[in-house]
Amino acid sequence: MKRFCLLPLWCVCAGLMAPPAEAAPKKLSFIPLWSPQAQFAGYYVALEKGFYRDRGLEVDILTGGPEKPADFLLEKGKADIGTLWLSEAIKKRAQGVRLVNIAQILQRSALMLVAKKSSGIRRVEDLDGKTVALWESFRLQPLALFKKYNLHVNIIPQTQSVNLFLRDGAAASSVMIYNEYHTIINAGLNPGELTTFFFYNYGLNFPEDGLYMLEKNFNKDPVAAASFVKATLEGWTYAFEHKDEAVELVLRRMRDARIPANRMHQTWMLEKMQGLIFPEGRTTRAGQLKSADYDRVASELLKAGGWKSPSYSTFYKGCVTK
Amino acid sequence: MIKFKKGIAFKLALIFSGSVILIFFMIFGLYYRFTRAMIEKNTAENAKSLTLGTVARIEGILRSVQQVPENMAGALERGPVTKEELLDMVRSAVEKNPELYGSAIAFAPYAFDGASLYYAPYYFRDKGSLSFVWLGNANYRYFMQDWFQIPKELGKAQWSEPYYDEGGGNALMATYSVPFYRMVNGKRTFSGVITADMSLEWLRDMVSAIKILDTGYAFLLSRNGTFVTHPLEKLIMNETIFGVAEELGDKNLRDIGRDMISGKAGFVHSPKINSGQPGLLYYSPVTSSGWSLAVLFPQAELMADITHLNWLVLILSAAGMLILCIVVVYEARSITGPLTGMADATAEIAAGNLDFKMPETRSEDEVGILSNAFSAMQKSLKSHIARLTEATAAKERIESELNIAREIQLSILPKIFPPFPEMPGLDLFAVLKSAREVGGDLYDFFAIDDDHFCFVIGDVSGKGVPASLFMAVTKTLFKATALKDTPPEAVLDKVNNELSKGNEKSMFVTAFFAILNIRTGVIEFSNGGHNLPVIIRKGGSIEYLWRTGGMVVGAMEGIKFERGALTLASGDRFFLYTDGVTEAMDESKVLFSEERLLRELKLLEGLPVKEVLNRLLKMLVEYSKGDQSDDITMMLLEYQGPKK
Repeated sequence: MKRFCLLPLWCVCAGLMAPPAEAAPKKLSFIPLWSPQAQFAGYYVALEKGFYRDRGLEVDILTGGPEKPADFLLEKGKADIGTLWLSEAIKKRAQGVRLVNIAQILQRSALMLVAKKSSGIRRVEDLDGKTVALWESFRLQPLALFKKYNLHVNIIPQTQSVNLFLRDGAAASSVMIYNEYHTIINAGLNPGELTTFFFYNYGLNFPEDGLYMLEKNFNKDPVAAASFVKATLEGWTYAFEHKDEAVELVLRRMRDARIPANRMHQTWMLEKMQGLIFPEGRTTRAGQLKSADYDRVASELLKAGGWKSPSYSTFYKGCVTK
Repeated sequence: MIKFKKGIAFKLALIFSGSVILIFFMIFGLYYRFTRAMIEKNTAENAKSLTLGTVARIEGILRSVQQVPENMAGALERGPVTKEELLDMVRSAVEKNPELYGSAIAFAPYAFDGASLYYAPYYFRDKGSLSFVWLGNANYRYFMQDWFQIPKELGKAQWSEPYYDEGGGNALMATYSVPFYRMVNGKRTFSGVITADMSLEWLRDMVSAIKILDTGYAFLLSRNGTFVTHPLEKLIMNETIFGVAEELGDKNLRDIGRDMISGKAGFVHSPKINSGQPGLLYYSPVTSSGWSLAVLFPQAELMADITHLNWLVLILSAAGMLILCIVVVYEARSITGPLTGMADATAEIAAGNLDFKMPETRSEDEVGILSNAFSAMQKSLKSHIARLTEATAAKERIESELNIAREIQLSILPKIFPPFPEMPGLDLFAVLKSAREVGGDLYDFFAIDDDHFCFVIGDVSGKGVPASLFMAVTKTLFKATALKDTPPEAVLDKVNNELSKGNEKSMFVTAFFAILNIRTGVIEFSNGGHNLPVIIRKGGSIEYLWRTGGMVVGAMEGIKFERGALTLASGDRFFLYTDGVTEAMDESKVLFSEERLLRELKLLEGLPVKEVLNRLLKMLVEYSKGDQSDDITMMLLEYQGPKK
């Protein structure tokens, strides 16, 4: 064996010394990156099925949304654990917010750009001079792309909806394959009428949703963090094995949050999440942050904005390793 | 598998009912199509006027709301206003326009006074009274809202997608946003957005109030295809028509949805979303907001009257068909009943029961005629069979009599061969085979004294019983006439005279009469018109006797016959025969012929006399294939030398 398993101490603790049921549960708050949807089905399932409780955690899942940026809540200590994109987290770290990655949930980039063929955009070069709506929090990949192809693009902030794009207020828009892309299809646009740009086709595959904590919070109770990761991965596994149940749970969360809930859309999203979290032919264990992924994103960040990143081992405190 | 014979009644019922049903369904089908098309056409017109009427009302309300922020934008673009003027403008807009839920003037960052990031006064109705709030903070960055950004980017007023307002009692709302511009450094610059919020509860009520028949309904789609109203509560604000199409796998519905949100109007077949029952959908755009209103007519209900009528027609038709079948079967039975009776009667008659009573028919149609014909046939058959029975009896009697006659006739011919064992110089054999029961051929032989041996062969004209009687007479006459020392021509003379007397039927006989002197071998003979015998010399020639004169015997009284003579050496043979031999015919009417006879005799030379005749007879029977046309008589005599 060239490699051998080097499990951090807290992982061993989490695995071997699960706290006794009668011990006072450890309270943790969790902020998802976005408002309730199947993108977070694993967390809702883990909570609903008691996977957190079984590991001695009392988890409160906050309702996310554009007005509640996860990084902001983490930074301000209003949430213990949150999901952030790897690139955004490294950026935050470079800005002095000492976040650590405790698990890399998504292994593949779901972010993409979409344009209407009717606006004359068929190749990435056609974006030059066009208005493109980009989420404020997730601009790293698009900006790297524009820089790579030397495109001058009029960037405007993208709201929670894709209505601006649908009404031709923007020639292209950033969308997630599991989310807004399907929303666009379900607003009557046919796939054949759209041009899609997947970043992994342009050497910019940044793995997205990961679990983050402030380093100081993590250091206080790494066992709880590891328990949270393990319970979460159990939640995802359960969700993919019981999709109807998981979708039903997500829909309930959405209705509670007064968010338009569409079963087909959430089913579609859950399907896409499976391919992102447990990609076919993967060489890593679920939840692991590969150092190669980390290095790629870090180097792009350095090139794009001079963001400096810490070493892999400083940044990644995951209990999941190969 | 049971197979039963299908009678005429069944076939008639089948053919009549089948044809009537076919015709009925053709007419019914055409009628149904026509009425259906008519109803659909009327429905389309109703749907169109209903939809356009509703759309006009919606547009009216939307436009009255749109005017408020548009007027405010005009006022703001004319020049700067103070904070008080601004608040007053917004408050009075809400106060004076009851259809407005709320209104805001939201400035772009630092556009109001160059100092405030957020500047957006907002008046809104809250539980009946007017409330005020400043919009914009770190948690509600209104620049990031569709209602602000979309009109800004598009540069024109826009209706938002309908939404639930969290602050407004979770009412369904839509916001009309008008961008306004100001001159900044001589340049027309975007400065903010004026909004007018409208509760859409009235819209829901208005659309929900549209009732089409019992289960028809109307629904409204937003610009994105989201259901704003629909009788199915779970669709509202949760689903787009495209999502529903995806869920139902209904590509047609997706195409309809695309037409709807692209501002088209149309009338299409589309099933009800909740039940999948067929429906007719009319849709028309609400142009100012980009929405689309559709009304769905449930096809089942539209067609309820015609369906009801169809059932009535079908039931009546079925009843009519039943009556038709009964009538056809009854009528067919009145035909087939007597026919079956006649068939039974015929079977009885065929079995021999000629007295079986034919079933009676009263009708005078073809069946009646047939029945009468059957009765007549039965009567005539009966009398015919009676006659036939009599005739057969008579024939059988005659046949039996004929058989007796045959036996008698055959019994008068000598049948002992060789005839006279005490006369060792002679061998003789004779055969006679009649063509019918009794024949007219004759042969005879007898000794007159120790040295003289008579033999005769004859052939009576005609056949059958008359010929046989004549033959019997002739034979008896020959026997009685051939006395000692009577020459052969004298015998023929006498026989001729006897036969000619009272021979009213003018029958006659050909005869060859001869007397053999056994001591010398001399044959004296006289020929009465008979076939010439054959002389077969031992080890030498075979030839016919030379032609001798002589009339037939019995035809004319008083005629004289001549005598001829020849001498037989020891071993010579003398063959006599009737014309049944040489005139025997094969299938193609070819005669056996005298030449053939000579050849055959030559071939048979040396065989015993009995064997020769038996073989010849067999040959003749085979030649004529059993169809013997004349009596066959042959006699072969062999002279074996003088007595010792």
